[in-house]
Amino acid sequence: MGKKQHYSITVNGKEEEFLTEPRELLIYTLRERLNITGPHIGCDTSHCGACTVTIDGKSVKACTMFVAQANGKDVTTIEGLGGPDDLHPLQTAFKEHHGLQCGYCTPGMITRATKLLEENPDPTEEEIRFGMAGNICRCTGYQNIVKSIQAAAAEMNAAKEAAE
Amino acid sequence: MIPARFEYYRPKDIAGVLSILEEHGDDARVMAGGHSLIPMMKLRMADVPHLIDLQDVGGMSDVEISAAGIRIGAMVTQHDIIDNEALASVAPILREAALQIADPQVRYMGTVGGNVANGDPGNDMPGLMQCLDATFTVIGADGEREIPARAFYEAAYMTAREDEEVLTAVTVPIPKGGYAYEKQKRKIGDYATAAAAVQIVKEGGSCVSASIAMTNLSDIPIYSEAAGAALVGTSVDDAAIRTAMEAMLGDIDPTEDNRGPVAFKKHVAGVILRRAIERAWSRA
Repeated sequence: MGKKQHYSITVNGKEEEFLTEPRELLIYTLRERLNITGPHIGCDTSHCGACTVTIDGKSVKACTMFVAQANGKDVTTIEGLGGPDDLHPLQTAFKEHHGLQCGYCTPGMITRATKLLEENPDPTEEEIRFGMAGNICRCTGYQNIVKSIQAAAAEMNAAKEAAE
Repeated sequence: MIPARFEYYRPKDIAGVLSILEEHGDDARVMAGGHSLIPMMKLRMADVPHLIDLQDVGGMSDVEISAAGIRIGAMVTQHDIIDNEALASVAPILREAALQIADPQVRYMGTVGGNVANGDPGNDMPGLMQCLDATFTVIGADGEREIPARAFYEAAYMTAREDEEVLTAVTVPIPKGGYAYEKQKRKIGDYATAAAAVQIVKEGGSCVSASIAMTNLSDIPIYSEAAGAALVGTSVDDAAIRTAMEAMLGDIDPTEDNRGPVAFKKHVAGVILRRAIERAWSRA
């Protein structure tokens, strides 16, 4: 039972093929098999959101999905959003507005926030707090996370207007 | 946490699902979004030797609205419910309730079918569907059958659905009048300490019908016919609300747990029901 199977998942635009058991949770596939360590394991009980990735346009907690469910899908992690030389506007805003202290929750926060801003490009503070409710931070008290997301939204909207 | 080993299936149609269920009986379980089942499997509180993923089975992701009612496919997610403007305009209580379920990530995955079929007393949709007098469609080897939401729940995790059947859709009559879904929880992602679903119809200043159901205050959702009846024929004044609260308290049977002792849960149930009735009445 539960014999190893071939799986194929596209992570940050790169197709990954490997052999594993269906019960492997996606977060372990990413971190331990593919060495993509941006998504973190915080609670491992579907609460904290540190493992948040984007799958087929949805914010998903990678600790609550079996690798078998993700077979054939497109996964984006924090590594796929921007790197040290080309930061995503949310990464820049978190850096400039002190949106993190220890940084453990940050990859999940930023990955979730990309999806939030895609659905609602100009959110109010209340909408940000509601839309980020699946991500827990134990350092910042959330105030600077909200500020960072607001700043990134303004930056992204200005860039979009300039492009038009 | 690592769940026990299982055989994984991703059939393309219901016939494929049913044949696996037929072969393995209660050793097999279907999974929609998995956000109830996977945590239980990780804790090894659920043992599922044969796991059937429904994601490739088509035909269960639509919301159809007609004069006859609303048909919600079992794979429609809480996020889909919130995002559906047409649905929110005919049955706003569905969006109001869905917004109070879990958190954004969980709502992208969690489905209406999973929420009602699982039989967890903490789930919000069962009580809501009892309030709305919904009907659940299940399919098995002998074809489809319809089960009223108010007759579906037998005990915690025990429902009128047979092991070899799959819940495929929820049908809701178009709700009338004012509505409210009110929920008290300790934190985001928690189940209710108490929750109430209320629909009230008002004519000429008095209540002509009221439907009330409570969540997580017994081992099944509680449709309180007596609480609804207590409001009918009244102007939903303080005395009528108190009578409804008393009637509801007679129907629920909460147990002590980490959300509090029985007396506290009954107190919260009363507060929540009062708020829900007042809000529904103000919208009626």
